[in-house]
Amino acid sequence: MKQIDLVILGGGPAGLAAAIAAYEAGVRDLVILERDRELGGILNQCIHNGFGLHTFKEELTGPEYAARFAREALTLGIPYKLNTMVLDLSADRVVTAVNRTDGLFQLKAKAVVLAMGCRERPRGALNIPGTRPAGIYTAGTAQRLVNMEGFLPGRRVVILGSGDIGLIMARRMTLEGAKVLCVAELMPYSGGLKRNIVQCLDDFGIPLKLSHTVVDIQGKERVEGITIARVENGKPVPGTEEHFDCDTLLLSCGLLPENELSRSAGVALSPVTGGPLVDESLQTNLPGVFAAGNVLHVHDLVDYVSEEAAAAGRHAAAYILGQKAPAEGEALPVTAVHGVRYTVPTTVHPARLEGSLTLRLRVDGVYRNKVLAVYAGTDCLWRRKRPVLAPGEMETILIKGAALDKLPGCGGLTVTLEEA
Amino acid sequence: MKDVIIIGGGVSGCAAARELSRYQADILLIDKEEDVCCGTSKANSAIVHAGFDAPAGSRMAALNVAGSRKMPALAKELDFAYDQCGSLVVCLSEEDRPALEKLYHNGLANGVEGLRIVEQAELRALEPHIADEAVAALWAPTGGIVCPFGLTYAFAENAARNGVQFQFDTEVEKVEPMEGGWRLTTNRGPLEARCIVNAAGVHADELHNQVSDDTMTIVPRRGDYFLLDHAAGNHVRHTIFQLPGKYGKGVLVTPTVHGNLLIGPTATDIDDKEDTATTAAELEEVRSKAGLAVKDLPLRQTITSFAGLRAHELRHEFFIQEAAPGFVDCAGIESPGLSASPAIGEEVARLVQKILDLPDNPHFDPHRQGILDPKTLSFEERAALVRQYPAYGQIICRCETVTEGEIVDAIHRVPGARSLDGVKRRTRAGMGRCQAGFCSPRVLEILARELELPQEEITKCGGASRLIVGTNKDSL
Repeated sequence: MKQIDLVILGGGPAGLAAAIAAYEAGVRDLVILERDRELGGILNQCIHNGFGLHTFKEELTGPEYAARFAREALTLGIPYKLNTMVLDLSADRVVTAVNRTDGLFQLKAKAVVLAMGCRERPRGALNIPGTRPAGIYTAGTAQRLVNMEGFLPGRRVVILGSGDIGLIMARRMTLEGAKVLCVAELMPYSGGLKRNIVQCLDDFGIPLKLSHTVVDIQGKERVEGITIARVENGKPVPGTEEHFDCDTLLLSCGLLPENELSRSAGVALSPVTGGPLVDESLQTNLPGVFAAGNVLHVHDLVDYVSEEAAAAGRHAAAYILGQKAPAEGEALPVTAVHGVRYTVPTTVHPARLEGSLTLRLRVDGVYRNKVLAVYAGTDCLWRRKRPVLAPGEMETILIKGAALDKLPGCGGLTVTLEEA
Repeated sequence: MKDVIIIGGGVSGCAAARELSRYQADILLIDKEEDVCCGTSKANSAIVHAGFDAPAGSRMAALNVAGSRKMPALAKELDFAYDQCGSLVVCLSEEDRPALEKLYHNGLANGVEGLRIVEQAELRALEPHIADEAVAALWAPTGGIVCPFGLTYAFAENAARNGVQFQFDTEVEKVEPMEGGWRLTTNRGPLEARCIVNAAGVHADELHNQVSDDTMTIVPRRGDYFLLDHAAGNHVRHTIFQLPGKYGKGVLVTPTVHGNLLIGPTATDIDDKEDTATTAAELEEVRSKAGLAVKDLPLRQTITSFAGLRAHELRHEFFIQEAAPGFVDCAGIESPGLSASPAIGEEVARLVQKILDLPDNPHFDPHRQGILDPKTLSFEERAALVRQYPAYGQIICRCETVTEGEIVDAIHRVPGARSLDGVKRRTRAGMGRCQAGFCSPRVLEILARELELPQEEITKCGGASRLIVGTNKDSL
């Protein structure tokens, strides 16, 4: 079996950033395994602008953003394999993969970075009653058909779910000549970014119906109509049904990290995010297995994916090159409470911190004028006022300097919302 | 004039076609859909009933037990997925025990082998997730699970291999007697045959009643199901039925041959024979009943829900009979029709043979090789396969790891896949947890390439079920 230092599972934004960072940290024996036809992952179909404001201080399209990283990886000469599906990952980091040219092969890696991304929640998982005709797509599938293949999947469209892809596709379908009748959202708030609601719905006069869901789908062969209804306490309210004649239903009802490989390898997963439980080095419970990007937890901005994945790449490099103290030392749990839904990481080793600690989190509802705070035991390490907090917007906390000295022996970190 | 026209390409029609292909005859199977396995055969519990349930002495009981007995050898001969995992009918209350005993004795009368009543301790050892209320169960070691698509395609492909022809998108509008046989008026012109096999599923009564005064009434009985991800597939090891009783009538919970968990069905008699829409009320009913016999069901792992129609004849019996001279019914085939199908096929063939007195087909080959699934091979075998046929190295469906090689094979079989659903039923591409989100554009591409059609013409399931309605900005 071929030995290798680092295998990166996935050549999307996370995999590319991890590979580049690992290379720059001194790892030369590495490979990116990508299942699609090109590097860049889902960004290749995200032809709208708004990417890279944080990383490059300019507004790029998805493919442009991906190309910057792909070009850098190519310039560095980082090896990659396309159309390559990883079939199995073992706990001792044997990667089994297959493609047309190399056939079925195995690599024994010193370290692995999980960067497989996420998938969309399908209609079946939403238990929407009705028929099962053609014309029901996840927003991402429609996005691929329209933006990469030039095909229109429908002409009169209802969208369920106001996740970012759904909002983006409301605009895209309109620009390509389809009529988007409405966007229905189960929750009383949108799961997407505020800027997308303004630029993709408001600017085109597309109604957003909060607290609404699809209660019936009609049409035997192709969608012929959709019925939506208002929702109270999670249940559709009889008498509030509204019918739309349409040929298409697009679903943007949440993204699920793709952790089937991780799970079968024995990586411990969070029931909240669906992603691996990681420590401050983005290392999972399996030594030498790191995770970053949407496979770890679903992000809204690719800039943070790149940043997180670069950190995973550096930590993987340190692991491979033996720079990181293998001794675990003290491991502090990070607990999310009072409106904080989850944090990444969920464990911190104070001895391993290199002058800073990044915590990423989401809240469980819409909150106004709250304070986001981090405690080490009972000592407050960090607190900031937040005029608005919403589940659709990930929060990042960076703790630096002297505050970190309070960690050893504190018993654990707590991230919480407080009254202002 | 054909010797035989079989109307309906469900499991019964295809089984009949395969058994009739043992004889030298000009046989045509027609279906109103674009493929075989598009009706009841595609949406059911996917189980092989041991045969204790059907009333002793009924045709249904005899054919169920006979079909179930044939299944293990047939699965090898025709290469489809089948697992004799055994079944349990769970009794949830001591006061229901007489009903359990009655079922046991009915099973004995039907000739079901190995039946035994297991008590609580043994039941828990067999099924750790059985409900706490369970007091005993009827254990049927010959119960099993089968891929209903695999079984139907196996019959159809083997029939085709032995000379049976298939014609799709052909709907029978009228049946009339003519000199020496029957004339069918269809949407695609007239067809004639010496003998007709009426295997039209929920529509079989409409055909039967055109040729016989002894009328038949088939009521579509709809059942909703949930299918759960592989991650939940080991929740139970056997097919679990709940004995109707104190806690009402439950739904079954069963593993599938592909490692999923299947829960359902409801039973609602409806009017519309094409109405396979799920309803909120019935899905809720499945949800509420699922937990009666099995606890801690991970319903959050649901990847899809669907509904199927049973062709329920009011007398609840299989009708395999010569309804008029040269017109053979294969009707009322509701559950346990899938289990009985090997025996149903033989019975239909026997009747037709009696009418037509056909010579044996000297070239009949009973064997059929299924679509090669590289996952079933060893590492070395799989590596060698990919070296020889690189298309088996290209994964198209990520969730079920289905390769391009399998999809191309499915398209070029006879009868072959012409739609996304046809590919799905044959290869499982799109059957997984993302429900075709990632692979449908790729499968579309492969179908268009292999069938030499524009992608716009590829459908989900034939007819007007086009997946693409145009190109960007074509209306602007």
